[in-house]
Amino acid sequence: MSHLFSKSFYSILALCTLSLVACANNTSEDSTKKSETNPDDVTLTLPSGFKAVVFAENLGGTRHLTVNANGDVYVKLSRLKNGKGIYRLRDTNGDGKAEDISGFGNFGGTGIAIKNGYLYASSDEEVFRFKLDANNNIVNPDKPEKVVTGLLSRHEHEAKAIALDNNGNLYVNIGAYSNACQVDDRQKGSPGMKPCPILDSAGGIWQFKADKLNQTYGDGTRYATGLRNVVGLDWNTSTNTLFVMQHGRDQLHDLFPDMYDTKQSAELPAECMYELHKGSNCGWPYIYYDQLQHKKILAPEFGGDGKKTGGEDAQDPVVAFPGHLAPNGLLFYTGNQFPEKYKNGAFVVFHGSWNRAPEPQEGYYVVFVPFKDGKPSGNWEVFADGFSGGPDFTASGRAKHRPCGIAQAPDGSIYVSDDAKGTIWKISYGK
Amino acid sequence: MKINRLLTVTGSLFLVSILMMSQTKPAQNTLKASIERGKKVYADRCLTCHQLDGGGVQNMNPPLTKTKWVLGDKAQLIQIVLNGLNTGVTIDDVEYHNVMASHKDLTDLQIADVLTYVRNSFGNKAKAITEAEVKAVRAKMK
Repeated sequence: MSHLFSKSFYSILALCTLSLVACANNTSEDSTKKSETNPDDVTLTLPSGFKAVVFAENLGGTRHLTVNANGDVYVKLSRLKNGKGIYRLRDTNGDGKAEDISGFGNFGGTGIAIKNGYLYASSDEEVFRFKLDANNNIVNPDKPEKVVTGLLSRHEHEAKAIALDNNGNLYVNIGAYSNACQVDDRQKGSPGMKPCPILDSAGGIWQFKADKLNQTYGDGTRYATGLRNVVGLDWNTSTNTLFVMQHGRDQLHDLFPDMYDTKQSAELPAECMYELHKGSNCGWPYIYYDQLQHKKILAPEFGGDGKKTGGEDAQDPVVAFPGHLAPNGLLFYTGNQFPEKYKNGAFVVFHGSWNRAPEPQEGYYVVFVPFKDGKPSGNWEVFADGFSGGPDFTASGRAKHRPCGIAQAPDGSIYVSDDAKGTIWKISYGK
Repeated sequence: MKINRLLTVTGSLFLVSILMMSQTKPAQNTLKASIERGKKVYADRCLTCHQLDGGGVQNMNPPLTKTKWVLGDKAQLIQIVLNGLNTGVTIDDVEYHNVMASHKDLTDLQIADVLTYVRNSFGNKAKAITEAEVKAVRAKMK
């Protein structure tokens, strides 16, 4: 009996041990699988026929990006990661993912662009350029040339987004270090300053020579003024003009609770697309654009009440989007890969709002605006969505990814960066 | 032996805390009222930037959750509300650089309430800030 007992006891023990081992094996397999999958993985939703693949991830605060003629992607980091401020991402085997990732540049920032054999990149005070050789390598990654220096950066709207035209000019956003040019920034009851002294050195787009070194304010021209802050901008080669996306003012309700409720404050003012010419004035800080009334409204700091119009000398936007979505990227599509409707149209990357609280946040997507003959030819539509991780992540503002930069590849695909986690997606059609 | 000691210690702690609770009951009521009032001030003045959950906004507005700025030196925290902040702060290796306005137009009690609310919300647990403490910091600044 005792023999029998001990025999069955041992069999059971053996079975238990086996199943434990099996379980342990299963667990380790599962955990391996999980570790290969990024817990922040999201699935982007795109129009039919498009697909998105993760080109690279976990790169840090990846802001704007640009693609060289050979397909190399250069992306600017907001701040240094492992001492580097720019990554070169190279897909060496054509699988749509970057295998060869190398870093250089000892400054953080936002702007990056390639023109005439140079890679231009900006910090929050300066613009540098690196020469590219015939083999598409950076000649001297440790010693860039300084193109522009001494630009204002005062803790607000400091990103110096850049664009270049085909005429040897470099355009630099110098954002206003203020919300609405009050005597005391963002302080309830503080009046607006008229004229706004900030506009002398910020709150606009400055034009510099692309090939002249060590330029500063005196060497440049204030190309356009009355722009609170621009992060997304692109030279439109079909109109031969600069298009910009303005970040509209914040806090209408906080500062003027008697004039604006939280819902109006979440929706207003519009995030505006402007087409600029030399001498353009877009009206900040004196007015804002109300996309619901389709009017330029006098800012409350300057005597406005939410209804009085103003800014007769200020130009109207080309497109007016809902408030606070934070347009950080702009690209006019010139590729041949996407369907015909996308040709010469605009992709706008919305970083996502924060200034809509306590109302739900919004944005974290890429939209498309069709263009014909240099003007919008239809309503804008959401092109790529799902960066945030879902409606709850969007509403709370705790988005998993925040799309920021956009660039077109030689094959007509586009790349979109995310500065929350450092993911780069490649979006292609029909392959 | 060890378990016995542990039990004794836990037991006495329990007793002490019961005693403390009964003694601090009026103070707790005051605390609760202050938090309630502070919540309203937070909604009017702080929520847009620091958000409903106190988590702030990436690279712009610092979180108010479990940071030394909120849980540490009371005088420094009061000063920030009175003066605003335009130098930016770095928390856990992330820079936050948006401008914070001065809120010196709030009363001493409103500032005490809102800071007490913040120090006892979003997972924070710290001592209340009193009207007298705000008054003292404000007086020094003049």
